[in-house]
Amino acid sequence: MATSEVERRRGQLAALSIAAVVIMVGVPLWWRTTETYRAWLPVSQINELANMQLQLSADVEVVFARGTVTPEQQKKVPLTQTQDEEHTVDENTALRYRYEIRYRTATIMEEDALDQPTAAEADLSLHTLSESPCGSLVVYVIPESSSLLPEDMDVYIGQRRTALLRIGAQMRVGRTVEQLLAHLEPRIKQVLQVMSFSHTDITAALSDRVRLSPGNKESIADSMRAFKSSPGYEITFSLLNPDPKSHRLHWDIEGAVQTYIQPLLTKLAPVANFSLDSQTLYYAMLGVNPRFDSSSSAYTLNSDSLAHVINPVEARLGSNAASSNPVLNFLLYVPDAHHSPLYIHDNKKQEVPSNAFHSPRWGGIMVYNVNGFYRPEAVLPVDININMAKVMGVFLAQLRLLLGVQSSTAPPGFLMAPCGSTGLADWELDRLMWSRSVENVATATTTITSLAQLLDQIGNIVINDNIAEQVSSAVTSLQLAVAELEAGNLGFALQYSKEAIMASERAFFDPSLLHLLYFPDDQKFAIYIPLFLPMCVPILLSLLKIVSEARQKRREKQAKKD
Amino acid sequence: MKILTFFSLFSTFLSANSINVEENAGQFFSSGHTNNWAVLVCTSRFWFNYRHVANTLSVYRSVKRLGIPDSHIVLMLADDMACNHRNPKPATVFSHKNMELNVYGDDVEVDYRGYEVTVENFLRVLTGRLPPSTPRSKRLLSDDRSNILIYLTGHGGNGFLKFQDSEEISNVELADAFEQMWQKRRYNELLFIIDTCQGASMYERFYSPNLMALASSQVGEDSLSHQPDLAIGVHLMDRYTFYLLEFLEDIHPASKANMKDLFKVCPKSQCVSTPGHRTDLFLRDPGSALITDFFGSVRKVEITMETINLTDLIKEAEQNPMNEKPQKVTYSYVDQLPVSEIIHQKPKQKDWHPPDGFILGLWTLILLVFFKTYGIKHLKHIF
Repeated sequence: MATSEVERRRGQLAALSIAAVVIMVGVPLWWRTTETYRAWLPVSQINELANMQLQLSADVEVVFARGTVTPEQQKKVPLTQTQDEEHTVDENTALRYRYEIRYRTATIMEEDALDQPTAAEADLSLHTLSESPCGSLVVYVIPESSSLLPEDMDVYIGQRRTALLRIGAQMRVGRTVEQLLAHLEPRIKQVLQVMSFSHTDITAALSDRVRLSPGNKESIADSMRAFKSSPGYEITFSLLNPDPKSHRLHWDIEGAVQTYIQPLLTKLAPVANFSLDSQTLYYAMLGVNPRFDSSSSAYTLNSDSLAHVINPVEARLGSNAASSNPVLNFLLYVPDAHHSPLYIHDNKKQEVPSNAFHSPRWGGIMVYNVNGFYRPEAVLPVDININMAKVMGVFLAQLRLLLGVQSSTAPPGFLMAPCGSTGLADWELDRLMWSRSVENVATATTTITSLAQLLDQIGNIVINDNIAEQVSSAVTSLQLAVAELEAGNLGFALQYSKEAIMASERAFFDPSLLHLLYFPDDQKFAIYIPLFLPMCVPILLSLLKIVSEARQKRREKQAKKD
Repeated sequence: MKILTFFSLFSTFLSANSINVEENAGQFFSSGHTNNWAVLVCTSRFWFNYRHVANTLSVYRSVKRLGIPDSHIVLMLADDMACNHRNPKPATVFSHKNMELNVYGDDVEVDYRGYEVTVENFLRVLTGRLPPSTPRSKRLLSDDRSNILIYLTGHGGNGFLKFQDSEEISNVELADAFEQMWQKRRYNELLFIIDTCQGASMYERFYSPNLMALASSQVGEDSLSHQPDLAIGVHLMDRYTFYLLEFLEDIHPASKANMKDLFKVCPKSQCVSTPGHRTDLFLRDPGSALITDFFGSVRKVEITMETINLTDLIKEAEQNPMNEKPQKVTYSYVDQLPVSEIIHQKPKQKDWHPPDGFILGLWTLILLVFFKTYGIKHLKHIF
């Protein structure tokens, strides 16, 4: 009897110790060895970023030339004003525009510069005096009597970051500084809308984050035309020669690119990297048959058929297999001898002066007629040198449109200087940098927040260290970019926003984040049950037996006591 | 009185006409997309699934004819039909009986073939999570203004689609993949067509905006194949895709047919199964969505109004006679393997090696058996 008691005791002890080992040692060990490695992500900071409050700051200097302020007013100037404009785009996004306006009077050298005969020369000499930093503007207020601007124009926008504003006739004697500033404020606001950033541009740049209801046709067309922000672009120039038997074409593409296109791309270097290549395609026809127009004795392509020109040609254009950057194609088509000259007509049946058209987010095509360069009885094939200045003028204009340098129509009374030899005015570059920074920040925040959401939802995706690193660096860059935008340092803001977007894209598109590679919960149960259930059943049963025996004993003891 | 009514009729006619012109101009930008992509997947392999490959290739042909270039098409096929041993006409895949139309031809660009057509690769293509070494032709490089056509065909069931007879993709995974595409704005509008048994179950779980889905049969119904060809010995096409293709043959790049016509393709009388469609997630009215918005690639064009006046002359590349000629680096091939010597060599004399373990073990075994049988006293005869 004693031995069976000892045996029972021993059995109970064995069951208890096995259960103890399983629970204390086994379960934690199993848990640790089967948990997925999830590196730490800054989730709280990501959620903070989801609620985006952007502040854009622009510095404006308003310089009063001689004759625009009275001596009493002059004493109160120089002064600084800060203006804020708040806009709420949707429940997660709010914008604030801050303008820091400094008023001062012109120096002697600036007065001399403003004495030039034309506005363009004044602009040039003003630029030699001082260079405004990126993102800032200088507005020179010139008197009513000044001859720099023509009669009906009030504002001249130069090639750099300066504008000339003609003060109205009412501003003469007896007005206080406050009234003067109040008079100037709407005009300066207008100049800022054109040269710096406007609310429509910024909200268009936020289109990734906020799906806005479509406005008028122009805004839809603008948002569809330009390429989205990307760290690099590839530009391909192609010469299409469908008739090599008649025309032997020579184009100095290397020299033309070096002289005309490269300055623009160098200026745009802070925005993106560009890679250029060129090719010549022979026997490449347009997919459309042009119609012969007897009134002008030329072949015409009307605007409806232009849409079908691109597809047959695109199949023959190559692209760089190694990179995934967007490609801009610029095609120069020289019509064959039987279909020359070829003109493009718009939908009003008028000839288009540039003889070119472009397709949003794709590129441009220009038709170059060469029938004027040789006599009909010349010996074929004829050597023809293409006038690259004319061709590149058209391509450069198309490139500006496709990259998002909006040449929106100027408000009435504004006179714009033609863009310089680089093809891009400094203030246009600033505009592009503002909208690109905002677009990058918006895209990067949506990418990071949706990545965090995805990783949260699917609990068993492994988050490697490199992904966590990328996410952290993206969050840091985003915070820095927003801070720099607030401070008004446009160059740094764009750089940080580009780093943020590259890091966030690399983290989001990491190949290891495919949820298919990880087991859903029901499959996990199917694996563990045949392993653990047979082992756990005896332990559980013996524990239950121990508990029921203990309870029985306690009942017996109770009964004995009673 | 009569003049008044006549006048009012005339004026309404005029205003209706002008609205028409406005609408045409408005339609130009009503679709909101600038480029088109197509992802065509055939999820079956083996000879008896010939019709699935023919389905996919026929849709591929139509999509190419209507303008989408190969660089914008991701084609996934097991590609084991044209050169299959059982194919009586090698290098061809026919889609119509009497071998009228060879859809294989010589300009078919298959991006994922054979064992590369897996659920993992399909989801990687859709979500963009491809390894960096993937070439451009295997990627779906769409942006927020791309309209994508996705066509799947194969064997399916209630809520899943079988890939290559070894794995399956569920409707939940597909819906999640589309949601990830939407999060990253990888599409403007997406048209999803599926031709399998119980195809409608695959689009039940979609929840992202701007999706339109068509399926060849409802849950509980089977999609049937169209016609066998007695010479080839298998069914050549499925019914839904056959009538879909008949419908697409009438579409040309400038056609104005819209999605409502597509929903009418293959009624129950022709298809035996009931085709279904889902448009509640699509933000536009399906009647305003053109067929060519998804199947073709009609580009929007704008006339270039401005040019820039460039006056600089091209600088000639400077010829500098002072410089010496740049050293020409001569390249040479590495020594090639001397194949001819190797072939004609006499075999080398091999050195003698003592017998290896196997022979030793065999002899030991024989000796042991011998001595066991006949007794150890015979040992002295050996040693």
